Amino acid sequence: MEAFTILAQEADKAAAAASSAGFAYGLAAIGPGIGIGYLVGKSVEAMARQPEAAGMVRTTMFLGIAFTEALALIGFVVFILIGL
Amino acid sequence: MTTSDMSTSELDDNPIEVRISLDMVKRGIYVAPLIIAVAAMPWGGPGALSAAFALGLVFVNFLLAAALVSGAAKISTALVMAATLFGYLIRLGLILVAFLLVRDASWISRPALGATIIVSHIGLLVWELKYVAISLAHAGLKPARP
Repeated sequence: MEAFTILAQEADKAAAAASSAGFAYGLAAIGPGIGIGYLVGKSVEAMARQPEAAGMVRTTMFLGIAFTEALALIGFVVFILIGL
Repeated sequence: MTTSDMSTSELDDNPIEVRISLDMVKRGIYVAPLIIAVAAMPWGGPGALSAAFALGLVFVNFLLAAALVSGAAKISTALVMAATLFGYLIRLGLILVAFLLVRDASWISRPALGATIIVSHIGLLVWELKYVAISLAHAGLKPARP
């Protein structure tokens, strides 16, 4: 009986770690999602206003997307280190 | 042909995002042995293999992002918005799936994998800033010195 209790407690701990890791990953993806949406929205607006500057805008947009995505990757790393 | 038509067709033929991504991947391949060796020092063989796997993930992530954005830009500027946001979700999902596939493998070192993903992603981006020209004359990469 005691073995079952210990087993259940360990399972609870593992489940809590997995769910909190998933929660952290989800939270970490929200901020960059908003950031990328804002960044691309403004870039599309800039390209529509000034099509001849599209190359320059797309350069900064692409780098901006990659930098913003680094935040989500940090969340992913926290997820793989503490969870699953 | 107007100025905007010329720039658009030039961008379609040789997309900026693809050029930048390929340049980053090229630099990543140059430094890959160093990164793998550094990861092998504290984490051993699994650290080296995990670092190599993480570098592969980062390269694929860059190339996929470039392909999605440039492919969408060829069709319509408005589609860039959708392609970027859904591309972001798809790429995060792909990274997660790639990790879930190998998480129980004996050769995986999670700290090495995580550290390499962050360091290589941010490091390659910062390094690339040196070679990117933010100008109307040379959009994308700076021209090579004669």
